[in-house]
Amino acid sequence: MIDIKTVRKDFPILSREVYGKTLVYFDNAASSQKPSKVIDAISHYYEHEHSNIHRGVHHLSADATEKYEEARKTIQRFINAEHSHEVIFTKGTTDSINLVAYSFGVKFINEGDEVIVSTLDHHSNIVPWQMICETRGAKLKVIPINNEGELLLDDYRNLLSDKTKIVAVGHVSNALGTINPVKEIIAEAKKMSIPVLLDGAQAIPHLAVDVQELDCDFYAFSAHKIFGPTGVGVLYGKENLLNTIPPYQGGGDMIDTVTFEKTTYNELPHKFEAGTPNIAGVIGLKAAIEYVNQVGINNIAIAEHQLIEYATEQISAIDGVRLIGTAKEKASVLSFLVNDIHPYDIGTILDRLGVAVRTGHHCAEPLMNRLNIPGTVRASFAFYNTKEEVDVFVNALKKVVSMLS
Amino acid sequence: MTIAEIQEEIVGEFSIFDDWMDKYEHIIESGKELDSISDDLKTSANLVKGCQSQVWLHAEMEGDNLIFQACSDAIITKGLVSLVVRTLSGHTPREILDAELSFVDEIGLKEHLSPTRSNGLVSMIKKIKLYALAFQTKLNG
Repeated sequence: MIDIKTVRKDFPILSREVYGKTLVYFDNAASSQKPSKVIDAISHYYEHEHSNIHRGVHHLSADATEKYEEARKTIQRFINAEHSHEVIFTKGTTDSINLVAYSFGVKFINEGDEVIVSTLDHHSNIVPWQMICETRGAKLKVIPINNEGELLLDDYRNLLSDKTKIVAVGHVSNALGTINPVKEIIAEAKKMSIPVLLDGAQAIPHLAVDVQELDCDFYAFSAHKIFGPTGVGVLYGKENLLNTIPPYQGGGDMIDTVTFEKTTYNELPHKFEAGTPNIAGVIGLKAAIEYVNQVGINNIAIAEHQLIEYATEQISAIDGVRLIGTAKEKASVLSFLVNDIHPYDIGTILDRLGVAVRTGHHCAEPLMNRLNIPGTVRASFAFYNTKEEVDVFVNALKKVVSMLS
Repeated sequence: MTIAEIQEEIVGEFSIFDDWMDKYEHIIESGKELDSISDDLKTSANLVKGCQSQVWLHAEMEGDNLIFQACSDAIITKGLVSLVVRTLSGHTPREILDAELSFVDEIGLKEHLSPTRSNGLVSMIKKIKLYALAFQTKLNG
């Protein structure tokens, strides 16, 4: 059980006001707020421990390196990776996916090959694949959905062929909150020895993720969605695949030896971490993961499930509300429209009433086109949100509807 | 009326509202009064792309003056658009080029001119200025 009063105190920003009203922050799918532990860890690092890592002979550098590599182990345990060198630090989910699209692409994707993504995917898991397909003369194939926002697995099976080089799908949809049946998706691909990348940006803050149990080949996520800092993320990859594909970027840290004739590359994980990394970010991410472990990811999942059930029930009672995305398995996200009111108008007035939601296409334009809507209003929850906040939101929404109808 | 006078008039209208909600109601009402742009002018060429709400803007010369017609799919944006059209439409390209839109700030809606709002309003004002510049260049030519 989560003691909501205590956890809310861990997040300083939650007590601030906007337009004279206590902030109701329902934009967690875009970015979650940060607990003091994360903020303090970053300050402490800069105040006491900062130095460049991996190449210093002095005490500070050795210390910073140790902290950085400890963080890698914390993440390894959190996602249950077999080795810590299977955890690559990146700038974020987008960077992680671009890394795989490029490095896997130049090694394995050739003319006439196919890459499978899904209709639910965020632009970050569409565009990098489109780019590599264009360069390599390959084709993008898309898993369709039903009207509830669930992937159609029969169609997925039919898309798989010996031309398929990789399947890349989201674990949880950022726009609708659908939890995709990733285990089945991976199992089907494995039957044909096709590797699978999961975009875990929206899953990692809400569900327990075990990469070995999932048997995915790559898993990408961002720190800032799991209460950590912006500008840092993770790419998990299976050791053998990471060893097979070439580096993504060249520079410091990723090299073994350099001559003008030939450069050889460093071992995992450094091979994929060119240049001075976001050390403070990684240390902040470590603090965030420790915080999540302390609260308990399963407690988080339960609290958020209750919250979304309650919010769904409350909002459905408002006349004219149409829920967008009614999948059986959902996490954190409540997307909706009201009559023919433009999402932008709803979001603007809700903001003035102190409720922060997101409106628009949520970086999933192909999904909006499929659903034939310009966008949605999206309320997305974290475990620190409360039923009382849902009530404030629902009352505000009623006000908005009467004003805009 | 000059552009400055129209802006003063708008600021005057809004000054009676203390409550932000009344201000928004007034913006929405202004939008409703805006003559809707006919469907044949809602072309892709006239579309000003915002990230969230879309704005259509049509411009043509009538005598010495530049006339604007505009619309938006979001009613708050449409209201703001109507105020911009009311201010700038029917003036010479020179006057439009020289105009400074101060009323949005003065009525306390500055945040709507922030590029991060992605409501199409900033792009629309840019496009209006570009039209004015194009017609002014033509006049000079």
